[in-house]
Amino acid sequence: MRKALAAVTFVLMAASVYAAFVYAPTEPRMGHIQRIFYIHMGTVWVATVAFILVFVSSIMYLWKGTRRWDILAYCSAEIGVLFLTITILTGSIWAKPVWGTWWTWDPQLTTTFILWILYIVYLVLRMSAGSDTKKAKFAAVFGIIAFIDLPLVYASVRVMRGISPVVFGPGGGGIAPEMMHALLINLAACSLLFLLLLMERMDLERMGDELTALKTREG
Amino acid sequence: MERRVLKKVWAIIRKDIITELRTKELFTSMLTFSLLVTVIFSFAFGFSTGLVRLAIPAMLWITFTFAGVLGLSRSFALEKEGNAVLGLLLTPTDRSLIYFGKMISNALFVFIVGMIIVPMFVLFFNLDFTGTLLPLVPVIFLGSVGFVAVGTLFSAMAVNTRLREVLLPILLFPIIIPLIVSAVKLSGLVLDGKPLSEGASALQLLVAFDIIFIAACAVVFEYVIEES
Repeated sequence: MRKALAAVTFVLMAASVYAAFVYAPTEPRMGHIQRIFYIHMGTVWVATVAFILVFVSSIMYLWKGTRRWDILAYCSAEIGVLFLTITILTGSIWAKPVWGTWWTWDPQLTTTFILWILYIVYLVLRMSAGSDTKKAKFAAVFGIIAFIDLPLVYASVRVMRGISPVVFGPGGGGIAPEMMHALLINLAACSLLFLLLLMERMDLERMGDELTALKTREG
Repeated sequence: MERRVLKKVWAIIRKDIITELRTKELFTSMLTFSLLVTVIFSFAFGFSTGLVRLAIPAMLWITFTFAGVLGLSRSFALEKEGNAVLGLLLTPTDRSLIYFGKMISNALFVFIVGMIIVPMFVLFFNLDFTGTLLPLVPVIFLGSVGFVAVGTLFSAMAVNTRLREVLLPILLFPIIIPLIVSAVKLSGLVLDGKPLSEGASALQLLVAFDIIFIAACAVVFEYVIEES
């Protein structure tokens, strides 16, 4: 089952690379650099899903207190940070030729940046909190507070700049159907990759638990 | 019912105020720190009043935030000494009341420090402001409340981690960004002699922040408070 998922993910990833670089037409205004957008969108989508998962499973953990939810929250946060890092990097690479700068404090970018920091802090907190249940509880609390904070962060960045954000979609307004296909394939590939990574990471965490249990039993 | 609740919360506030009156730990450290920051700022800006004038709202809230963190980190460290937190937990009350008690006393301390920082800035930076600075009072009040709403929760968490007090600013600062942004914006308006109503969206954000986080933190507080 896991092997099949891995195989499908591999095929889809390959297809998404082909779709982004060969199948999709070159965007007339931005040129080839626009092709980075497919992976950019894919990773940001995964990061969003991952952070929502952190929020939901944090609530479930505080409510039910089962380790399963805690593992899900933790692994999800880790992979979310990874994907958001890729999002920021690809966005930066795209912005340099198109906007003429690697970075600008535009509302969307600022919010993304703070989002990124919040979940890095989440991971730092997990590292720093002592025993397992304490660690899990603290992390869950922070996971909830951080998620609640996000809409406020977004509003505050708009207050600060006094501008409303412009959404930069691929190619501005309407996009070619081939572009849409490429985007969808990328979204699907990234989602499957996320699922695969999440399952593997959660297994790893469970094995760690087993090992600790064995160690304490054997003394 | 309400009177009993208020009495319990008041007992915690009173305890904190008495402790502070006897030790004077928090105020001494927070105010000394603010004074030092003021000195550093005035050196850093090379006494160019034009620059300072533009940066004052940001400087005010930077000083406030760092001084506040200094105070907050003591809030639960103090309870940990001699395991006093156990006494708090043994009292037959709802855990959220402990949160409200600690939060209100923290808010009080931080608010007073904020109210002292402002005249200090006026004095040391020769601040020429148009009109009155009175509207700063509600801004600092709302800022203090939001700041300690999250800060009290995280302070209780931070003392129970390996990094201790070091962790508190790391946890707190990214969360309070909306609060600081709107407070800086409003303070800037006040210093320019404009009414607060011009920054209605910032004011709304500030109030929303306070309400949302008081509610959220009161609910989750029971999961972080524990005996060591």
